[in-house]
Amino acid sequence: MENLDNSIKLSIQNQDFIIADEITWLEQDNTDDGATVTFCGRVRQSNLNKQVFGLFLEHYPGMTEKTISDIIKKAQKKWKIGRISVIHRIGQLNVGEQIVFVGVTSPHRKDAYAANEFIMDFLKVQAPFWKKELTAEGETWLDAKQSDQDKAELWQVK
Amino acid sequence: MIKVIFFAALREQLACSTIELAAQGINNVVELKKALIEQHPSWQPHFENTSLLYAVNKTVVDEQHSVSANDEVAFFPPVTGG
Repeated sequence: MENLDNSIKLSIQNQDFIIADEITWLEQDNTDDGATVTFCGRVRQSNLNKQVFGLFLEHYPGMTEKTISDIIKKAQKKWKIGRISVIHRIGQLNVGEQIVFVGVTSPHRKDAYAANEFIMDFLKVQAPFWKKELTAEGETWLDAKQSDQDKAELWQVK
Repeated sequence: MIKVIFFAALREQLACSTIELAAQGINNVVELKKALIEQHPSWQPHFENTSLLYAVNKTVVDEQHSVSANDEVAFFPPVTGG
């Protein structure tokens, strides 16, 4: 785990995480912020009609942390946010398991919602992670989706 | 020396995760690719993939970006995390 400062927590890890513990970290002794927004992504059962039993997640150590830190810094400039926690798992993950967590606190909900979505949108298109899908027919590296690129690009016109 | 790292599908296609080569005569990513293809001609088709991304010292750059001794250069497909 990397603590960039007291208000930011960033972790790339094999092990699972407990959302309640993350919310506790975001909110403990934090009386400035009235809003907490969390997002959690999990491994889906089915992708394009193939039966998926799991994923293998690879990343580029060092660049991942640097990229996500840069995204967080941009979010801090755009909105008034308090604490931020980002967790991304790597290695083999089975269907239903948690992959990614983004939690943001802010005095008001508008900034917390927006910053959370912004961090997730750019994590998807910039952070160097790659997913290999594990199915009964074999293993396949997933292709990047244009819809994710389009979603991130929307922030430039907002 | 220049350290080159490959990730994900590209690493499997090349059957190589890391390679080091002399920085002499290499000034940018394009020239680095040429030098790698000279050593490994079978890598050429994989390097022609236009969606391939490049990072120099952990920052994504374009093919014209400068490369010099002691740099770490990564080649990888579009990212699919989250």
